[in-house]
Amino acid sequence: MSEDIRIFLTDRRGVRHQLLAPTDMQMNLMEVCKAHELPVEGTCGGMALCASCQCYVNSKHLLSEPSDDEEAMLAEAFHVKENSRLSCQILMTPELEGLEVTLAPND
Amino acid sequence: MIKTDILIIGAGPTGLFAVFEAGLLKLKCHLIDSLPMAGGQCAEIYPKKPIYDIPSHPEIMAGDLIKNLEQQIAPFQPGYTLGESAVSIEKTEDEQFIVTTDQGTQHQAPVVAIAGGLGTFEPRKPPLENLKKFENQGVNYIVKDPEFFRDKKVVIAGGGDSALDWTIFLENVAESVTLVHRRNEFRGALDSVEKVQVLKNEKRIKLITHAEVTALKGSEKLEQLTVTQQGTTIDLKCDHFIPLFGLTPKLGPIAKWGLKIEKNAIVVDNSLDYQTNIPGIYAIGDVNTYPGKLKLILCGFHEATLMCQSAFKRIYPDKRNVLKYTTVSGINGFDGSQKQAAKSTIKSIE
Repeated sequence: MSEDIRIFLTDRRGVRHQLLAPTDMQMNLMEVCKAHELPVEGTCGGMALCASCQCYVNSKHLLSEPSDDEEAMLAEAFHVKENSRLSCQILMTPELEGLEVTLAPND
Repeated sequence: MIKTDILIIGAGPTGLFAVFEAGLLKLKCHLIDSLPMAGGQCAEIYPKKPIYDIPSHPEIMAGDLIKNLEQQIAPFQPGYTLGESAVSIEKTEDEQFIVTTDQGTQHQAPVVAIAGGLGTFEPRKPPLENLKKFENQGVNYIVKDPEFFRDKKVVIAGGGDSALDWTIFLENVAESVTLVHRRNEFRGALDSVEKVQVLKNEKRIKLITHAEVTALKGSEKLEQLTVTQQGTTIDLKCDHFIPLFGLTPKLGPIAKWGLKIEKNAIVVDNSLDYQTNIPGIYAIGDVNTYPGKLKLILCGFHEATLMCQSAFKRIYPDKRNVLKYTTVSGINGFDGSQKQAAKSTIKSIE
C-alpha cells in the first residue's frame, strides 16, 4: 500500500481540515471529502456534470489540465474564480501531498 | 382523484422498476415526477453517459436504460403525473394516503413508495442580488408557454442545450433574443450550435460571449440588465431574463412529511421491507438511508422488489402469496398482453 497524502481543506464556514487521502484507490477529491463526511454534494457522482463539488485551489501544486467537460461545467457554474476546479476531477496522486483547497459556496 | 395501488413518487430507474415488480403481483402503479419526462437523473443529468454496473449489461447508456425500463413496464400500464411535484400527504380514516402536487393534482393509494432520488429538480439560480425580486416579474427559469415571450426583449444565459434550443425557438417569437455565455464554446448538440451560429451571422440574434449577466434593474418589473464582458459593462433593455444553468435536486417538501430523515435521506428498515417510520410509506433507491446503504441503481432495483412484496401484504393482508418466477408464469400485462416461454417441441426419432 502506498502512503496516504495530506489535503488541507477549508470548508464553507472557514474551518480548516486535514484530510488523509489514499493514492492507490483511484479516489478523487470529491470522494475524499465525502469519505470524511464533509458537506460536498457530488450530485452527478463525479462526471463533471453538476459543479456541486467546486473548490478553489490555493497551493501551487501542478494539477492536470481541466478536461473539456470540466471547462464547460465551470463555464456554467457560479462563484467561479481563476483557481476554480471541480474536486471530482482532481485525482489523488502522491504529487498532491499538502494540497490546499477551499470549498466554493454551494448556492 | 387518481386512484392506484402503489403511488410512486419519482420516475427514475428505481421507481420505474417498481412498476414491473408490482405488476407481477397484479398491483397497479402511478408515478409522479417533477421532470416532464421519466428517467430522473439518468434522463436529466447524464442520458449519454455509459453505465457499467447494471447486471448483464456490460455497458448501457443511461438514456437507453430508461427506454428499456419503460418498455419492460409498459404491459403494466403505469399512470404518470409528470412535470408536477408531490408537495403534501395526508392519511384518511380508511388507511389511504392522499398525495397532492404543486399543481393541485390529487392521488389516492393505500401504499406510497418514495423513489425520489436526490429530490425534486429545481433550476440552478445565478447569485444575482435582485434575482428573487424579479422572479415572475421578468425572470423566468423555464419556458412553459413560448407565446408569453411574443414581441418581448429576451435575454437568455447559459451554454447547454436548453439555452441553445430556446434561443433558436424564441428567435421566431420574441422581438429580440440575446444569448449570454461565459465562453464561446457551447456543449449543446452540434446541430443546435450550428443553428445559433447561423442566427448570429444573419444578425437575427445577439450573441455575447466571455460575458455574464451581473445586475438586474427595474422598478416593479425587470426593465434592464447589465452584462459584464471582460471587465466592461453593457446595459441591455430587457423584458425577460431566462437563466438556463441546469437543474439541481433538493429534497423539498417531502422533508416535512414527518418521515425520519438523516443526512438528507429517509431512514428505512432495510432488514425487512424499506418501510419508513410511517407504516404504508416506503422509501427506495437513492432517497433512503440505512446502515451500509449504497446509492446504486442495482440496489434500487432490489429495494423496489422487496418493497412490492411488503406492499402486497399490506394491501391484501389475508391473501396468501408466493414468489413466482417470470420464466414459469410469464408476464400477464394489464393491457391483455401475454408473454410466455415457448413450449418445447418433442419429436420422436423413427
